[in-house]
Amino acid sequence: MAAISREEVAHLARLSRIEMTPDELDHLASEMQLILGAVARVQEVAAADIPPTSHALPMTNVFREDVTKPSLSPEDALSGAPAREEDRFKVPQILGDAE
Amino acid sequence: MSMIHKTATEMAQALADKSITAVELTKQHLDRIAAVDGDVHAFLHVDTEGALAQAAESDAKRAAGETRSVLEGIPLALKDVLTQKGVPTTCGSKMLEGWRPPYDSTVVSKLKNAGVVILGKTNMDEFAMGSSTENSAYGPTHNPWALDRIPGGSGGGSAAALAAFEAPLAIGTDTGGSIRQPAAVTGTVGVKPTYGGVSRFGLVAFSSSLDQAGPCARTVLDTALLHEAIAGYDERDSTSINAPVPNVVAAAKRQEVKGMKIGVIKELMGDGFQKGVLDSFKQSLDLLQEQGAEIVEVSCPSFDYGIAAYYLIAPSEASSNLARFDSMRYGIRVGDDGQRGAEEVMSATREVGFGKEVKRRIILGTYALSSGYYDAYYGSAQKVRTLIKRDFESAFNLADVLVSPSTPTTAFKIGERANDPLAMYLADITTIPVNMAGIGGMSLPSGLSADDGLPVGFQIMSPAMQDDRMYRVGGTLEAALNDKLGKPVWAQAPELVVK
Repeated sequence: MAAISREEVAHLARLSRIEMTPDELDHLASEMQLILGAVARVQEVAAADIPPTSHALPMTNVFREDVTKPSLSPEDALSGAPAREEDRFKVPQILGDAE
Repeated sequence: MSMIHKTATEMAQALADKSITAVELTKQHLDRIAAVDGDVHAFLHVDTEGALAQAAESDAKRAAGETRSVLEGIPLALKDVLTQKGVPTTCGSKMLEGWRPPYDSTVVSKLKNAGVVILGKTNMDEFAMGSSTENSAYGPTHNPWALDRIPGGSGGGSAAALAAFEAPLAIGTDTGGSIRQPAAVTGTVGVKPTYGGVSRFGLVAFSSSLDQAGPCARTVLDTALLHEAIAGYDERDSTSINAPVPNVVAAAKRQEVKGMKIGVIKELMGDGFQKGVLDSFKQSLDLLQEQGAEIVEVSCPSFDYGIAAYYLIAPSEASSNLARFDSMRYGIRVGDDGQRGAEEVMSATREVGFGKEVKRRIILGTYALSSGYYDAYYGSAQKVRTLIKRDFESAFNLADVLVSPSTPTTAFKIGERANDPLAMYLADITTIPVNMAGIGGMSLPSGLSADDGLPVGFQIMSPAMQDDRMYRVGGTLEAALNDKLGKPVWAQAPELVVK
């Protein structure tokens, strides 16, 4: 089983958009090692000829009729917004970031 | 006269007889919450005004001869993971502190249409991740049977509200056992319906292929009545089953199991199970046999890998589902100083808004889904899911329902497993396979464990869309146990100190 380093956890935190403290990263790296060791057991029985199951019951894509139905008003949709400007969500700048 | 210690069925009868009004019944429960919830902490939000208004409307409907359902006027506790328009919905997380959803979940719409009175929102592990309710950002819920013990999780608030007589009905959600395990450790009844049996619209998603809302109560019949009220097809949930709801109420009333084959799953009763739990389980098997059921042993060898597969699949889906908490459209926002960009604000918000367990699972899920590890982890877990489904299929060829103890142990102490995620994950060993296969599962109290005097849960599993079977067996067992024990398990809970 692959060992997971503190740097890898830091990378995963960046991918997950969670700004973690050095202490959190240290702690999580050791916990992840234990948890991954336990969950890696699935590999013992996952033979090549077994098909994967993503969903318990047989499902096909579902479409609805293309008709107008009542939906949230702009006021309702914006009611939980951390910041708004007129009828829009106001967000911090999205261009020019480091990434 | 106080009715809080009665069943929902008895309360419904009293309302029909006009010996009590919905407003009086609601006030009695609100008074009870005020008296004991300081110790129990089952509720995150009590909607006093809203509940009284719903109760008054219910009384008016009844007076006008427009009773909406058999549950008209009955109070209910709602797990804080389901939206109710205008009422705070936090999912036990700081991330959603102060959020008032602008819409009702389908479960809530159905409850309102049935005339059920919603008392408030119940505590839970953050985003339903946990088995003890200790992961709530708002502090733990205490088990009414022993306040220093956990009420199970993630739906510990809903189960504790029932056990503490703060509500006769409650709604839970069950992704890996979050209805059944709390029911087991609080001496109450909880059902995870067949996946797709109850709409997920308005249920804040944790692991979409596993999440299922369901009914909780103190008796099997009350649970069936609530099941009937919330189940059914919903075009707003693309995984909703478009088929009639099984007749669970008739099944709960049937009280006989002659000729039914009951399969005991060999792998769910061995090492690691508390003696008092196994003894109680075996006593229930004897009672079912006396009632004319045939007990057979079945083997489900892949269940051994259930926890491992679950803790890859659920975190993987969670890492994707919880990406919606980006501080842009709802929830808290941290660090927006006009200088920082959106991604920095997002990262700062998620650092503050999410608790330890949620972060742990997001990181684990992100890892399991990343290229290079996907096949070894997420892919392998999906194969185990196939094996678990196959085990159930073979077992249901030999038996009408399958049974096991609902949990390996009775309620553990608050703090006992808080710093050991792997020990905590073991609490779900018996309940997880049901979610993986999408079938139905019930936990009902089977007595008190002789070693510690705490409630034990008996789990009944039925094939997909055959939910009536578990109610038939559960109703029969409940009656046989009441005969044997003299009174229901829930009626033996110690008195709480009323403040």
